[in-house]
Amino acid sequence: MKAVHIVEGRAVPLGRSDVDTDQIIPSEWLKRVERTGFGRGLFSEWRDDPEFILNQADYQGATILVAGPRFGTGSSREHAVWALMDYGFEAVVAPSFGDIFRNNSSKQGLVTVQLAAEDVTHLENLLREDPRRAVVVDVARGTLEVPELGWTRSFHLDPAIRERLLNGWDDIGMTLRRGAEIDDFEASRAHFTLAGLFDGDGHVRTQERS
Amino acid sequence: MSGRTLYDKIYDAHLVSATEGEGALLYIDLHLVHEVTSPQAFDGIRLNHRTVRRPDRTLATADHNVPTDPLDVPVADPVSRRQLEALEENCAEFGITLFPRGHENQGIVHVIGPELGVSQPGMTIVCGDSHTSTHGAFGALAFGIGTSEVEHVLATQTLPQSRARTMAVTVEGELPEGLSAKDVVLAIVGRLGTGGGAGYVIEYRGSVIESLSMEGRMTVCNMSIEAGARAGLVAPDETTFEYLRGRAGVPSGEEFERLVDHWRDLRSDSDAAFDAEIVMDASDLVPYMTWGTNPAHVAPVHGVVPSPESFPDPDERATAQRALEYMGLSAGTALTEVPVDVVFIGSCTNSRIEDLRVAARVAERGRVAPGVRALVVPGSHRVKTQAEAEGLDVIFRDAGFEWREPGCSMCLGMNPDQLTPGQRSASTSIATSRAARGGGGVRTSSLRPSPPPRRWSGTSQHRVTWRWGHEGRSHRRGPRRSPRPQ
Ligand code: SF4
Repeated sequence: MKAVHIVEGRAVPLGRSDVDTDQIIPSEWLKRVERTGFGRGLFSEWRDDPEFILNQADYQGATILVAGPRFGTGSSREHAVWALMDYGFEAVVAPSFGDIFRNNSSKQGLVTVQLAAEDVTHLENLLREDPRRAVVVDVARGTLEVPELGWTRSFHLDPAIRERLLNGWDDIGMTLRRGAEIDDFEASRAHFTLAGLFDGDGHVRTQERS
Repeated sequence: MSGRTLYDKIYDAHLVSATEGEGALLYIDLHLVHEVTSPQAFDGIRLNHRTVRRPDRTLATADHNVPTDPLDVPVADPVSRRQLEALEENCAEFGITLFPRGHENQGIVHVIGPELGVSQPGMTIVCGDSHTSTHGAFGALAFGIGTSEVEHVLATQTLPQSRARTMAVTVEGELPEGLSAKDVVLAIVGRLGTGGGAGYVIEYRGSVIESLSMEGRMTVCNMSIEAGARAGLVAPDETTFEYLRGRAGVPSGEEFERLVDHWRDLRSDSDAAFDAEIVMDASDLVPYMTWGTNPAHVAPVHGVVPSPESFPDPDERATAQRALEYMGLSAGTALTEVPVDVVFIGSCTNSRIEDLRVAARVAERGRVAPGVRALVVPGSHRVKTQAEAEGLDVIFRDAGFEWREPGCSMCLGMNPDQLTPGQRSASTSIATSRAARGGGGVRTSSLRPSPPPRRWSGTSQHRVTWRWGHEGRSHRRGPRRSPRPQ
């Protein structure tokens, strides 16, 4: 995963609460075999509506999503995070998040910014007033800022998650950094392996295994 | 210092380094892969320019969405076809052994691991399917994982895994004649409730568990997760060793005996302390079946659909009420009088040769009622071949059953074997949630009995009533023809 220090850009005030993962990416999208391309399915039940905010010219290219309370509750599908990131979002701001969604986000490098409900409402108003207003999320400092107005709020990030975001460590990356430990473990004892059990076509070899 | 449980012994032996808590990394001996939960994991590996660390500890099979039609029928569903192709491409690219549709070793992932002898005592085994706990029957630590964990294991052969709590479930007494492992585990799930095992790894023990065949132990461990448990296991013993002897995945001769000597140590110390303990007496168990939408909705086969009012907890009462509406049942109806449209014999809970033998003994004494569709889906090609060698396919066909190719089939309905809205089935598979069965507004119903009783002694005959179809006819069953070969 990519390291994230600063997320900067336009922000979209979604203005909805209780957006669950099925609304983020409906279940028919789960049938794909790829990890990419989910952006097209993001909020797909609303995307046909030309009035839907993501379809408005002013918000194109936004990198930050601002939503109401309980964003990302519901099914644990990681596809919700894939869809938001594939669309181009790098951070989501909301008064509260589904636990699993927040956890999944941290593992893929999507920054979740939890602010007080009145701050989120205020931010949404600022963005409706002027969609071109830049918003800056600073992961290291734990702040969200609208520089034009000097409006800044702090948010809490779990220190371990902050470190992962800043270093671009996903779970696998973290474990691969312990490759030497795994090598040592493998060398320390004889393990079962499938080596030699099957031939190239998956048939059981008849001769005794060495 | 008090002794250690079997779980602790396996866990400790697989800790990559001494780090406990958050940083604990568990080494995985065997990773089983299928077409549905793996494609994105492989894609992630590619996207990040990583590779599969140990293809020699990774084994793949096509099972979750393969059609169970004859092999010359193409895979009609484009998504299934794409997933099956992706599995073939990924296994070829990363050098992983794969059993595709039609292969002699193909079958449900939790059936083929044991039958090939690659699921062994003391191992850590994972798979992207929640019923991976099945392999715990061998005294292995086996559990289901999600797609991102599949990717983690592919890349590192390890998983971050903190220590679970341990629960001992001891089943003592004498299992009444004619009762099966599934009755035992349904009783356990009924006792614990669907969340009662959450956070625990359960060790099943006691005389009743010890008396079960490996197939029976697999059924018990398989359903551990229905009580919310992380995994379930049974300490290996002579039954385990005899089952494994001579199978493809284990060495032969002295080398096997050396392994057995090592496996004998895999048991909880007598002074080991569990975080929770439950003792049950099997002597007064009766055959169970589930009537609702979760596996704790069980009732005796000869009982009636319970009234929601009998649930003291308001949430459970509401769930039971919704379950009745969903199933189209009313309280007080005799369970044996509930008409069904479809009968499904299969799934990793009950599709092994032993299960099919028992079902065939029932089938040969009656016919599928008119208007009822009945399918037998063997758990694997090897099971199918063995069953055909014993003539079971003929018995089923003569009785009006469809004899199908192996796969998960109606257990999750990702292949064409599906109920239509409003249909009710009697099935040997796991009682899954209503979401899994009737998502997207389709109101399927399923009634899931335990399989016909499968334990009886020597030559004695006794009655079982097993009714299906609108006529609810009953059948007598005789003694088993052949002992246990495979
Ligand atoms: S039969 Fe059902 S529970 Fe078993 S592996 Fe297949 S889908 Fe999973």
